[in-house]
Amino acid sequence: MRSKKPPMSASTIVLQIVMVMVALIFLAPFYFLLVNSVKSLGDIMVDAANWPTAFHFDNYSKAWEMTRFPEAFTNSIIITVISNLIIALLSAMAAYRMVRSNTRFNRIVFMLFVSAMVIPFQSIMIPLLQVINFLGVNNSIVGLILSYLGLGIPLSVFLFHGFVKGIPLEIEEAATVDGASPFRVFARIVMPMLKPMMVTVIILNCLWVWNDYLLPSLILQSPELRTIPLATFAFFGQYSKQWDMALPALVLGITPIIIFFLSLQKYIVEGVAAGSVKG
Amino acid sequence: MNSKRTAALTQQLVYIGPALLFFGITIIIPFVMGMYYSFTDWNGVSGNVEWVGLDNFKQIFTNDSAFAQSFWFTTKFTIVGVLLTNLVGFFLAYFLTKNIRARNWLRTIFFMPNVIGGLLLGFIWQFIFIKGFATVGEATGIPFFNLPWLGDEVTGFWGIIMVFVWQSSGYLMVIYIASITNVSKEVMEAAEIDGANRFQVLKSIIVPLIMPAVTVCLFLAISWSFKMFDLNLSLTKGGPYRSTESLAMNVYNEAFLNNRYGLGTAKSLIFFLVVAVITLIQVRLTKQKEVEA
Repeated sequence: MRSKKPPMSASTIVLQIVMVMVALIFLAPFYFLLVNSVKSLGDIMVDAANWPTAFHFDNYSKAWEMTRFPEAFTNSIIITVISNLIIALLSAMAAYRMVRSNTRFNRIVFMLFVSAMVIPFQSIMIPLLQVINFLGVNNSIVGLILSYLGLGIPLSVFLFHGFVKGIPLEIEEAATVDGASPFRVFARIVMPMLKPMMVTVIILNCLWVWNDYLLPSLILQSPELRTIPLATFAFFGQYSKQWDMALPALVLGITPIIIFFLSLQKYIVEGVAAGSVKG
Repeated sequence: MNSKRTAALTQQLVYIGPALLFFGITIIIPFVMGMYYSFTDWNGVSGNVEWVGLDNFKQIFTNDSAFAQSFWFTTKFTIVGVLLTNLVGFFLAYFLTKNIRARNWLRTIFFMPNVIGGLLLGFIWQFIFIKGFATVGEATGIPFFNLPWLGDEVTGFWGIIMVFVWQSSGYLMVIYIASITNVSKEVMEAAEIDGANRFQVLKSIIVPLIMPAVTVCLFLAISWSFKMFDLNLSLTKGGPYRSTESLAMNVYNEAFLNNRYGLGTAKSLIFFLVVAVITLIQVRLTKQKEVEA
C-alpha cells in the first residue's frame, strides 16, 4: 500500500533535479569502471569515456583465472561467516551476563571493552603477529579468525550491552519460576529477543571482515589462502598499467559485496543507523 | 550456598570467559607487549631484544622528519576530511528527508560506495584519476581534470580527500537521516508558524536537536580519517617522496619495511595516545552541546 504523495513545489522539483545530478556524479566512477572493463587496452587508451565499440568479455575470463577468483571468494566467505557467527554468539552471551550480573568485576571488564574500542589496530598489530606466531597459527585461516574474534568482540559487546538493558527482566523470571535452567532461558528466550541487534552486529562485522586488507595481509602469506582484497592487491601490483586486466578484476572483486548490499540494503541501512546510536 | 556460588561461577565462565579470552589474546597481551617493545631495539627477527630506554622516543621526536611529515599530513587530512564528510553527509541527509521522489533510491546510491573496501575503492579511483579525468579534461578543457592527479603532493592530498568523502559521507548521511527524522514535526511546524525561514529552522532547531548524531558522526569521521590506511596504500602508497604518507602507514613502514619493530611499536604507542586524547576531548566537547527536545 503506497500513500499518495502530495504534489511537489517548484523548489522541490529543482532540489529533485540537483539531487539526481549529484547521484549521477556519485555513480560516475562505476560507469568508467564497467565500461572500460570490457574494452581492449588500445580502446581504453584512446577514449576512456566512450561506450565500448567491441565487447571483450574474455577480459573477465582472464581476470577470473589469473586472480584465482573462486579460491579467493571461498576464502573470504569462510573467514567472514565463521568469524561473524562466533563473534555474534560470544558477544551476545558476554553482554547478557554483564547486564544481568552487575558485579564489580563485570563492570571493569565492560569498561575494558569500551576503552579498547579506542585502540587503533596499528597500535597492536606488530606484537599481535608475535602472539599469532607463538600460538603456531601464523599463515592460517584459523589464526586470522582468532584475531578477528578478539578485535570484533569489544564493539559487538558494547552494542548488545545497550540492547539487553532494554529487555524487561520479568519474562526471564517467569521462565525461571517455571523451572527453566539459566542456559535454557538464554538460548530460548533471550536470544530470540536479541534478533534486531544481532542483525546489526552481523552486518557491521561482515562489512569490516570482508573488506579488511591489512590484517589478512600480515597473517596470510600463502597465495592459496588469499582473500578477495589480498588477491586483488597482488594482481593489481602486477598489472597496474594493464587496465584491460586490472579493471575486470576490480569488478569481480566488488561484485559480491554489491550484491550483498543491494539485496539486504534495508537491513544494512537500518543496521548502520542502529549501530551508531550510543548505548 | 556453596553450590549457588559454584553455579554463578560456572555461568560467569561460560558466558564471559570465551569473550574475555579472545579479547585478552588479541588486544590486551599485544598492547602490553607493545608498550614493552617500544623501549627496546627489537628488529622483529633476531631473538636479541635490548632495552634502550627512551631512545626510540628521542629518535622519533628529534630525528625523524618523515614521522613529523606524516603527522602533519594526517592532521591536515583529518581536519579537512572530517569537515567535508560531515557537511556532505549532513546536507545529503537534510535534502533527502524532504519530500522528493525516489529518495530511497538516492539514499541507496549515496551509501553504496561505503560497502566497498578502501583498498578496492582506491584502485578504482586510480583509474579514474589517471585515465578518466584525463579523458574528461581532453573533451571539456576544464583545467581541474588536467591536473597531474596523484602525481604531486597537493593533488595526492586532495585526491585521497575526494575518495574519502565519496566513500564515507553516505554512512554519515544514514546516521543524520535517522536523527533528522526524529526531530518532531510539531516543533518544526511551530517554528514555521512563528515565521522562521528555512535557514533559521535548520540553524536553530534541526542542528541543536541532532547534536547526539553530530557527536557520533564526528567521532566516526575522526577515527576513520586519523587511522586511514587502505586508501592511502591503494591511491598513492604515501608518494611522491612520502609526501602523502599517513601516520598509520608510517608505523607500518617502520616495522615491516625497515624492520625496526622497536621503533615501530614506539610510534604506534604515540599514535594510540594521540587517538585516545582526541577522542576524549571531542566526545566531551560535543556532549556539552547536546540539548533535550
